[in-house]
Amino acid sequence: MKPFGYVRAASIGEAVRAAAGQPEARFLGGGTNLVDLMKLGVETPQLLIDVTRLPLDRIEELPDGGLRIGAMVRNSELAAAAPVRDRYPVLSQALLAGASGQLRNTATTGGNLLQRTRCLYFQDTSKPCNKREPGTGCPARDGAHRDLAVLGHSEHCVATQPSDMAVALAALDATVHLHGPDGERTVAAAEFHRLPGDKPEQDSVIGAGELVTSVQLPPASPGMRSRYRKARDRASFAFALVSVGAVLEVRDGVVRHAALAFGGLAHRPWRARAAEKVLYGAPATEDTFARAADAELAAARPLRDNGFKVPLARNLAVGVLADLADRAARS
Amino acid sequence: MSPDPFPLGPHPHPLGAPLVRREGREKVTGTARYAAEHTPPGCAYGWPVPATVARGRITAVETDEALALPGVCAVLTHENAPRLAATDDPTLSVLQEDRVPHRGWYVALAVADSLEAARAAAEAVRVTYETGEHDVGLSADHPRLYEPETANGGYPGTRERGDFEGAFAAAPVTVDATYTVPPLHNHPMEPHASTARWTDGHLTVHDSSQGSTRVCEDLAALFKLDKDEVTVVSEHVGGGFGSKGTPRPQAVLAAMAARHIGRPVKVSLPRREMPAVVGHRAPTVQRVRLGARDDGVITALSHEIATHTSTVKEFVEQAAVPARIMYTSPNSRTVHRVVPLDVPSPSWMRAPGEAPGMYALESAVDELAVLLDIDPVELRMRNEPDTEPDSDRPFSSRHLVDCLREGAERFGWLPRDPRPAVRRQGDLLLGTGVAAATYPVLIVGSDAEAHADADGSYRIRVNATDIGTGARTVLVQIAAAALNVPEDRIRIEIGSSDLPPAFLAGGSAGTGSWGWVVHKACTQLVARLREHHGPLPAEGLTVAADTRKETAEQSPYSRHSFGATFAEVQVDTATGEVRVRRMLGVYAAGRILNSRTARSQFIGGMTMGLGMALMEGSGLDPAFGDFAECDLASYHVPACADVPLIEAYWLDEEDPHLNPMGSKGIGEIGIVGTAAAIGNAVRHATGVRLRDLPLTPDKVLRHL
Repeated sequence: MKPFGYVRAASIGEAVRAAAGQPEARFLGGGTNLVDLMKLGVETPQLLIDVTRLPLDRIEELPDGGLRIGAMVRNSELAAAAPVRDRYPVLSQALLAGASGQLRNTATTGGNLLQRTRCLYFQDTSKPCNKREPGTGCPARDGAHRDLAVLGHSEHCVATQPSDMAVALAALDATVHLHGPDGERTVAAAEFHRLPGDKPEQDSVIGAGELVTSVQLPPASPGMRSRYRKARDRASFAFALVSVGAVLEVRDGVVRHAALAFGGLAHRPWRARAAEKVLYGAPATEDTFARAADAELAAARPLRDNGFKVPLARNLAVGVLADLADRAARS
Repeated sequence: MSPDPFPLGPHPHPLGAPLVRREGREKVTGTARYAAEHTPPGCAYGWPVPATVARGRITAVETDEALALPGVCAVLTHENAPRLAATDDPTLSVLQEDRVPHRGWYVALAVADSLEAARAAAEAVRVTYETGEHDVGLSADHPRLYEPETANGGYPGTRERGDFEGAFAAAPVTVDATYTVPPLHNHPMEPHASTARWTDGHLTVHDSSQGSTRVCEDLAALFKLDKDEVTVVSEHVGGGFGSKGTPRPQAVLAAMAARHIGRPVKVSLPRREMPAVVGHRAPTVQRVRLGARDDGVITALSHEIATHTSTVKEFVEQAAVPARIMYTSPNSRTVHRVVPLDVPSPSWMRAPGEAPGMYALESAVDELAVLLDIDPVELRMRNEPDTEPDSDRPFSSRHLVDCLREGAERFGWLPRDPRPAVRRQGDLLLGTGVAAATYPVLIVGSDAEAHADADGSYRIRVNATDIGTGARTVLVQIAAAALNVPEDRIRIEIGSSDLPPAFLAGGSAGTGSWGWVVHKACTQLVARLREHHGPLPAEGLTVAADTRKETAEQSPYSRHSFGATFAEVQVDTATGEVRVRRMLGVYAAGRILNSRTARSQFIGGMTMGLGMALMEGSGLDPAFGDFAECDLASYHVPACADVPLIEAYWLDEEDPHLNPMGSKGIGEIGIVGTAAAIGNAVRHATGVRLRDLPLTPDKVLRHL
C-alpha cells in the first residue's frame, strides 16, 4: 500500500492551508468514491484532508428565498429535507435515484459533485486511459462504451459524469461555492464540470486546493415545477444510461421558464440551452417539447454502441416536460 | 414484524418441516468464520499478479524491486514456485510454465507480512512478455469450431434420432431462430479465499469451496501427498453457484506459498480478478429449429449450440442436452460445437446447460405457440412425451403438466388475450409469459457416520458443505426422521475433509447424496441400538455407512425435476426498461425436505434467472481480451427493487426411484426457464421477439 498522510481539518481555513501547494492532497468527504478509487490504485493521494467535521453540514434558508446547502450535508439528509422536497423536487428525486441507501447516508454534497467517471478503463490501472494517465490513449472509443458520452466528447475522452445530483443542480441554476488558496469564488453548477477536450484529466473547473463549501439554490418561483427521471439497467443501484432534470413554468399554456439538463450523455451534466431556446415563449405542447429535444440532440455524435441514448434522451425529455406541463395545466 | 410464514409444529417434525438454519445465529451475528477469517499465528498474505496480455509467453520476471520492499517474504513465479504434479485440471497448474493462455492468468504471487505489503510487492513485479495475436470472439461460423465428443456432464456432444432435415422440410409450421446468451459470472457474495499452513508435513487449508473432499484430493495429488496428509476445511461458505465446485487457483497458490516460505499464507481473491480465474458461464449462440403439425405436435426438433472454451481446457456448456428430454419428437438433432479461444476457462455456473439451453428452447416453443395461435401452456401439454425422448426410458416421475396447470391457476394465466402490445398503462406495455424448467437428478456415493452417545444424544459426521443452502439443517432433519428423535438431540459435523468423504454441493446433488448416506447410517444405528441391551458403553455406538454401491447402479429410469415459471413484465416504451412485476415458479422436485430453505433456493434461482434475462452480461473486450465488466458496479445482478413479487410453490411429488427421502434436488431448477418466461412476456407485452440476452434498454428501445 502506498502510505498517505491523514489530517482532520477543524476549519475551512485549516483545510485549505493543509492542501495549499500539495497537488497530491485530496479532501475526504464521505469517501464513497475516493476510497474505492484508492483501493483500485486510481487515486494515490499523499495526504487526505478529512473535511467531514467542518461546520458545513447545514441546510439554511437564504434571505432571497433560496437555499444554502453545506458541502458536508449527506445525500440522504438533503433528499429528505422539507424545503428541498417542497420547492426543488427535481433535486430530491435525483438524489434518491442515485446509489443505494447506505451510500446516500455517507456521501456528501461536495463529494457527490466531485465523483469521477465510472468508465471501465478509467478504473482499470492495467489499461490506458487519458483521464487517468494523460497521453496513454482512450480504449473506450473502440471498446466498451455503451454507457459513455454522445455529446461533447473528444478524441481523447468519451467519459460521462455519473452524478445524478449534479444534473438537478444544473437544471436549477444552482451555484457552487469554492474556497481556495486565493479566496472564495462562485461557479454556476452548469459550468462547474467541463468537457474533456484535450485535458480529460480535469473533470471540473475546480482549482488546485479549492474546497467546495456549499451549493446554493436560487429561489423557486411559486409556479415552478420540476422533476427528475432516470433510465437505467436495473430498478435501483445503477448509474444513469440517460437521465433528465427539468424545471418548467407554464402560464396560460405558454412556457415562461424552462431549464433542462441531461445526465449520462456527456462529460458534464448537459444543460440543454438549445432546447430551452425553443421552449421559451412557445406553447407547452408535446410538439414543442419534441422540437426542443431534437434541437438539442442534433449535436449528438454517438459511438458504435451508444446510439440508443439519443432517442432515449429525447423520450425522457419529452415525457418529463409533458408531465410538468400537464400538472401545471391541472393546477 | 410480520408473523413467521413458516410456523413450526411440535415434535416430531416430519420431513419438510420449515426448521430454521442451525447456524443462522452465528451468521447474522458475524461469528461464523469464513475461509479468509482464519489467521493462524505468523500468517503471511499472498497477492496474485495477473497477466496483462491475452496470449503470449513470459520472457522475464523482474522481482528485485518487489523483494526490496518492507515486509515482503517472497515472490513466486514460474521460475521458482514449487513444482506440482500433473493434474487433469490445468487451471490449477499455476506458476508452472511461461505460457500465458489468457489475460488475467496468474503469472506471479507476492507474499508479505501484511496484505498491503503483498499488494505493493505484486504491483512492483515487472513482467515482460512475448505476445501473439489473440482471438476472443465467438461466432456461430468461427472457422475453428469443432464437435466435441462429450459436453459437460459427460453427455454425448451430438445426438440424432430419425430424419430431422426431412421432417423439418415437410412440417407445415416451422420456427428457425437463433438466440444468444453472453458470458455470465457466478460472483458469489464471498470471494474465493484460502488460508494454508503446513505442520510437520501436513497441509491444512481453510478454503471457500463447495466440496472440501475434492479440494483435499486435488491438493494431495498436486503436492504428491497422501490424502490423510491434507485437511481442507470449508465450514461456512458464502455461495459458489458452481464457481467453487472444484479447487480454484487460490487454494494452490496459498499452499505453494506456505510451503515456500515456511509460514501460513492467506490468499483472498480481489473481486475484480474473479472473472478471469474462477470460471464463468460460456457464451452460447443457439439455433433452434422446430417443425410442427397444425395441431402443435412437434415433429422435428433441432438445437445447435456454438460456444467457446479456453486453450487451457475443454469445457462445453451442454446447452442442447435439455432438448433431448423435454418434448416428444420422432426426429431430433442436438449438436454442440466449441471453439478454443484465448479466453478465461469457462466452468459451471448454476444449471450449466439447462439455464442457457432452456432459455433458447422455451423461447422457440413460445414462438411456435404464437405462430399456431395455441396457448403456450396448452402447446407444451400437447408435446408431453410418454418416455424420455432421447433414451426411451420411462420417467421415474414427470409432473410438468401438473406444474403448468397449478402455476396457471395460481398465477391467473387465463383468460389471456394472446394479442401482443394491447395492454397499455401510460407509457407501459404489459405482458405475461411462461416457460418450462427441468433439471436432472444426480446422486453420488458418499460416506457418513452416525453415533449414539451414552447420554442419549447423537452425532452425525459427513463431509457435506453448507454453501448457504441449509445443508446442516436438512441433514439433521433426515437424521431425526431416521432415528425418530428430536432434532435438538442431534449434533452434526460437516465441512472438513477429515470427516467421512462426501460429494460436493453442486449439481443439485448435495442433499440427495448426503441425505441418503446419513439416512443409511442412522437406519443402521437404530438397528444396532435395537440389538443392544443395557446401557451404552461410555464411548457410545458408532455406525459407518457408504452408498457407493447403491448409487453406482444405473437407474432404469430417466430422473428429472420439472417446473413451470410464469412472469408478468412491464416494458417502458419511452425508455426500453423492462421490469418484472411478478413471477411465480411451480416445481415438481420430489419430496421437499425443508419448506423454508427450499423456498429460499427456488426464489433465489428465479432471481438469478431474472438477472440473466434483464441485466447480467459480460463482454470480452476484443482489444484486451478480458471481461470488461469485472466488478459488481458494472456486472449488474438484481437489486431488491427488481424483484417485487416472487413466489415459489411445489407439488407433493412422490417418487420411489430416487433415494430413501424421495428428494430430487432443488439448487438449480429455479434459474431454468426463468429467462425464457420473462423474454416471452416481453414479446407478449410488445410484439417484439428479442433473442439476445440480456434485455437491456439499449436493445429494447429501438424496437418500440
